Amino acid sequence: MNFFNFYIVSLIKVAVVAFVLLTTLAYLQWIERKVIAHVQLRVGPYRVGPHGLLQPLADVVKLITKEGLIPSHVNKLFYLMAPFVAVTLALISISVIPFGPEITIGPVKTWMQLTDLRIGILFVIAVSSIGVYGVALGGWASNNKYSLLGGLRSSAQMISYELPLALAVAAPLLLANTLSFREMVNYQSGYWLGFIPRWNVFPEVLGFIVFMIAGFAETNRVPFDLPEAENELVAGFHTEYSSMNFAAFFMAEYANMVTVTAVATLLFLGGWQPPFPEPYSDVVPILVFAIGGLIALYHGLNPARRMDKFTLPATALVFLGIAAIFGLSLFVPVIKPILMALFWFCGKILILLFIFIWVRATLPRFRYDQLMRFAWIGLFPVSMLNLLATSLIVALTTK
Amino acid sequence: MTALIFIIFAGIAVFCAINLVVQTHPIASALSLIGVMGSLAILYLQLGGEFIAAAQVIVYAGAIMVLFVFVIMLLNAGAETVSFQISRFVRYLGALLLAAFLGLISLIIQAALPRTEGVLFGTFQGTALDVGRKLFTTYLLPFEVTSVLILIAIVGAIVLARKEV
Repeated sequence: MNFFNFYIVSLIKVAVVAFVLLTTLAYLQWIERKVIAHVQLRVGPYRVGPHGLLQPLADVVKLITKEGLIPSHVNKLFYLMAPFVAVTLALISISVIPFGPEITIGPVKTWMQLTDLRIGILFVIAVSSIGVYGVALGGWASNNKYSLLGGLRSSAQMISYELPLALAVAAPLLLANTLSFREMVNYQSGYWLGFIPRWNVFPEVLGFIVFMIAGFAETNRVPFDLPEAENELVAGFHTEYSSMNFAAFFMAEYANMVTVTAVATLLFLGGWQPPFPEPYSDVVPILVFAIGGLIALYHGLNPARRMDKFTLPATALVFLGIAAIFGLSLFVPVIKPILMALFWFCGKILILLFIFIWVRATLPRFRYDQLMRFAWIGLFPVSMLNLLATSLIVALTTK
Repeated sequence: MTALIFIIFAGIAVFCAINLVVQTHPIASALSLIGVMGSLAILYLQLGGEFIAAAQVIVYAGAIMVLFVFVIMLLNAGAETVSFQISRFVRYLGALLLAAFLGLISLIIQAALPRTEGVLFGTFQGTALDVGRKLFTTYLLPFEVTSVLILIAIVGAIVLARKEV
């Protein structure tokens, strides 16, 4: 019976995580376009659905119905394998990411995580380090000089930035003395002086900054998007791809972004641990959603555009509903830990994702030599020093 | 279940190893090598050596082979061309000789190895903690000697690659 339970619960968890992750990936693109548009004083996607909310759906339909073109000069096997490799390896990391603590629903006790490996952190690093083959192979198999350059740049960049990334990850591992994400988050529970959360980001500020910068490079995001630099390489490694093959590369990039931000949250920002002690942190989600709802309501009553008097009150209703759910959950001990953990974990991830998009809208691209110099002369020594200092402190403070 | 997984991944490892030699294109060979390393990592995992498995993937498949693939792509090496003809007779004879040779080798290895009890899945203590402790106590000297060796190799590579000033 227990065995049977395990399979059923695992299947449900996998289905939920897969559905939520894929939806998030689609909507992440909408969020990115909207944020960049607002940074540049445009409105962004606006035509499909209210405020362009159905744009991801339209994009998916467009990409599926396009012709999957295979150019005649490509190496067919590797050309078709590359996007598959990229997207598979990008999606697999989510399986070891914990979203919350152990929960009890009726007779079932389970963790809000697909599986906990004792080497979970190494697993994520390993998967992301072989993820580069998707890009490199795609660039090479396209048999096109722009694609090849994109693939080459990607592999050189990945090798260079993996070092500071791994060194930055090693410092919090030393502090917590574990390789498992669960124990990592448990280590970061509690508060210094009663109100400062015991997150790794405070002793490891340098490590966190290096990790985020290297994370930008690992996910090929601006200012490290040399593998697909539009104005030098057409579209870099995915120049020759179309239809779902192209969508696979696209999805891989966003999935990698989610993974990097999730890992940063777990290692440095305390995972699902709230930043305030218990009774105060419970009020925050209610306040956030209630204020959001009230702002939307206010703008709905003073509409700036024609459709606003329908769309904004609807948004306000949704927000106030969520606030009410959070408020009610305070009295239901079964749901409360789930909702609170999800709120804080997703909140931290969304803030980091917003920083990713914000940087994209703000910074220009590195030149190739700057990119390499930055990794080897800037980031690498800094992360090395950080690791040495951390290990010295750990050696001095532990018996 | 464990035996089934072992057979599958051992088979993949052997297949990729043969493919590595048979393929004429360097990229295909490099990818086969990655396949070998990946399946080896899974075999380590089955034995309980989880840290070794992760290190295998990160270091070999993730770093060294990326460098290999990078260099192959940079040189844009094409498929190997065979410049001589092999007659059918030689081919059959070669296959026969190969079989005999492999049989002989396996016989010698089997005779030379000491009799041990079979390895059990999952008994090997391979957590990061155990590996680290062994590395810095029992095997400290080999570990340090290896790191000096690597340092020498790095310095040598820089000396060789440096342009004359």
